[in-house]
Amino acid sequence: MGNFFGRNQSFQMDTQSAEVGVEEGPNKIFISQQQVVDEEVQAKVEMLIAELHGTKHHPPNDPDAQKLDHGFHFFKTNIFDAHPEYFSELAKGQSPKFLVIACSDSRVSPSVVLNFKPGEAFVGRNIGNMVPQFDQLRHTEIGAVIEYAVKSLEVDNILVMGHSRCGGIERLMTLPDYTQTYDFIDEWVKIGLPAKKKVLQEAGDLPFAEQLTLCEKESVRNSMVNLLSYPFVRNAVVNGTMIVRGGYYDFVNGSFEQWKMCTH
Amino acid sequence: MQVMSSSPSLSPAFNNFSGAGKFSYEFGLKLRLKDEEPDKEEEEEEEEEEEEEEDNMGSESYEEAIAALSKLLSDKADLGSVAAAKIKRITTELEAAVADQTKFDPVKRIETGFLHFKKEKYEKNPDLYGALAKGQSPKFLVFACSDSRVCPSHILDFQPGEAFIVRNIANMVPPYDKTKYSGVGAAIEYAVVHLKVENIVVIGHSCCGGIKGLMSIPDDGTTSSDFIENWVSICAPAKTKVKSESNELSFSEQCNNCEKEAVNVSLGNLLTYPFVREAVVNKSVALKGAHYDFVDGKFSLWNLDFQISRFHPL
Repeated sequence: MGNFFGRNQSFQMDTQSAEVGVEEGPNKIFISQQQVVDEEVQAKVEMLIAELHGTKHHPPNDPDAQKLDHGFHFFKTNIFDAHPEYFSELAKGQSPKFLVIACSDSRVSPSVVLNFKPGEAFVGRNIGNMVPQFDQLRHTEIGAVIEYAVKSLEVDNILVMGHSRCGGIERLMTLPDYTQTYDFIDEWVKIGLPAKKKVLQEAGDLPFAEQLTLCEKESVRNSMVNLLSYPFVRNAVVNGTMIVRGGYYDFVNGSFEQWKMCTH
Repeated sequence: MQVMSSSPSLSPAFNNFSGAGKFSYEFGLKLRLKDEEPDKEEEEEEEEEEEEEEDNMGSESYEEAIAALSKLLSDKADLGSVAAAKIKRITTELEAAVADQTKFDPVKRIETGFLHFKKEKYEKNPDLYGALAKGQSPKFLVFACSDSRVCPSHILDFQPGEAFIVRNIANMVPPYDKTKYSGVGAAIEYAVVHLKVENIVVIGHSCCGGIKGLMSIPDDGTTSSDFIENWVSICAPAKTKVKSESNELSFSEQCNNCEKEAVNVSLGNLLTYPFVREAVVNKSVALKGAHYDFVDGKFSLWNLDFQISRFHPL
């Protein structure tokens, strides 16, 4: 059954059980009975259906859904409705000057950390803010983000933003790990292997925590270089219409540094 | 081509004036060639953002120079055309300096953006940021589009630490595939297995370029992009459904329907990840779909319910 608006609920009443599904729209109800259903169960089923007709599409005791609704309400009231011309212009089209590649880490949203307003930055977020080399088989997700930003939106800047205490980089530097394997994580973070190699070569004697910081920054540089393996990026950079930039947000010390790729 | 990692510090001294130096002037220089009383003091001040009001803060030392020039020209009329040429050149130089000054500076934009965050948020909430520095425990994994208008931190007011966020074209979740989709797989795996998020939310939005691209792929399947059309085809089942059910609607209405149906395809694809399926069956993770309409300013949210129930033998 593929109706994602449906709801399944099982009741256990004494020795009887009934399965009820309610589909929205045509209001079809089906009841499949494993055993004889008595009037009590029938009454409860009818009450449930009556409730479901009038309520919102999520149950009232779902605090996480409420949190999302409240969050949107805050945005709508304080930002969206407060700037109607701004948002109606934005609804017609976007023209951000930045593509930002940031980590999925909950602490490093570029909108928050760099105070980007709606419309300012096109953003791709993944584990470890990594840009792999051009690969039409293995890396269509990031390829599509970069392609859209560069070809359709013609952004002037690509900023790859790394950060402190990155779990992805830590995993990279911890490998190989024979005690725990992941389906995806280990293969993904290996995109940063050139950065790890460089850090081990040049700073292999430093404490692990310092190696992590160095690798977080080196991985950003590695990603910046990988960006040039995308022909549409390379062309824009060579033509001088786009600049590749790197950044590092340190939330332990509250600092941000940035650098850029220079072309000669 | 080299990658040069000279990291400029956060000093505000980034000077964008192309050799014009620092001086004061009125925006919209008016050359007065008549004699006027030069009653302004002579000051050299630093460059400021242009102000429309007519106050005498920028010192008018140029007025004295103009007074002297007009006196000279009234004495020597034959200098007129020479003077005109020189004045034109000065005007052009000044216009260029103004343009440089008002040109968008990405370095500065990033710098001021961070300083704003640091002052208004980071330094005002030391407890929160101190705790976050040690670790994160977000309750949400969110898939949102890369579109600059739909950042979840804005539209759902997520604070730092609350949501682990994946952003890609058209907020798509592809099915489990270690070769083709390791990025999405890694993010879901990290969020569900390691961070143990309690909700996965996939948020679609209005006027989505990726969905429009999907709906625009010709029926014979010819594509012209390197990645985009291949990527958005993840949600081809949504396109098929929309075209079969609402073929009479306008293209943009069909796109709107497809934005929502594609969210449902992504929710279904989430279940192809064993660690997601297990968590959903155990009720430790809830799957939710959503759609943000920035034309009308609306947000809708729905659940995906999935469970495996045993049939009792008769």
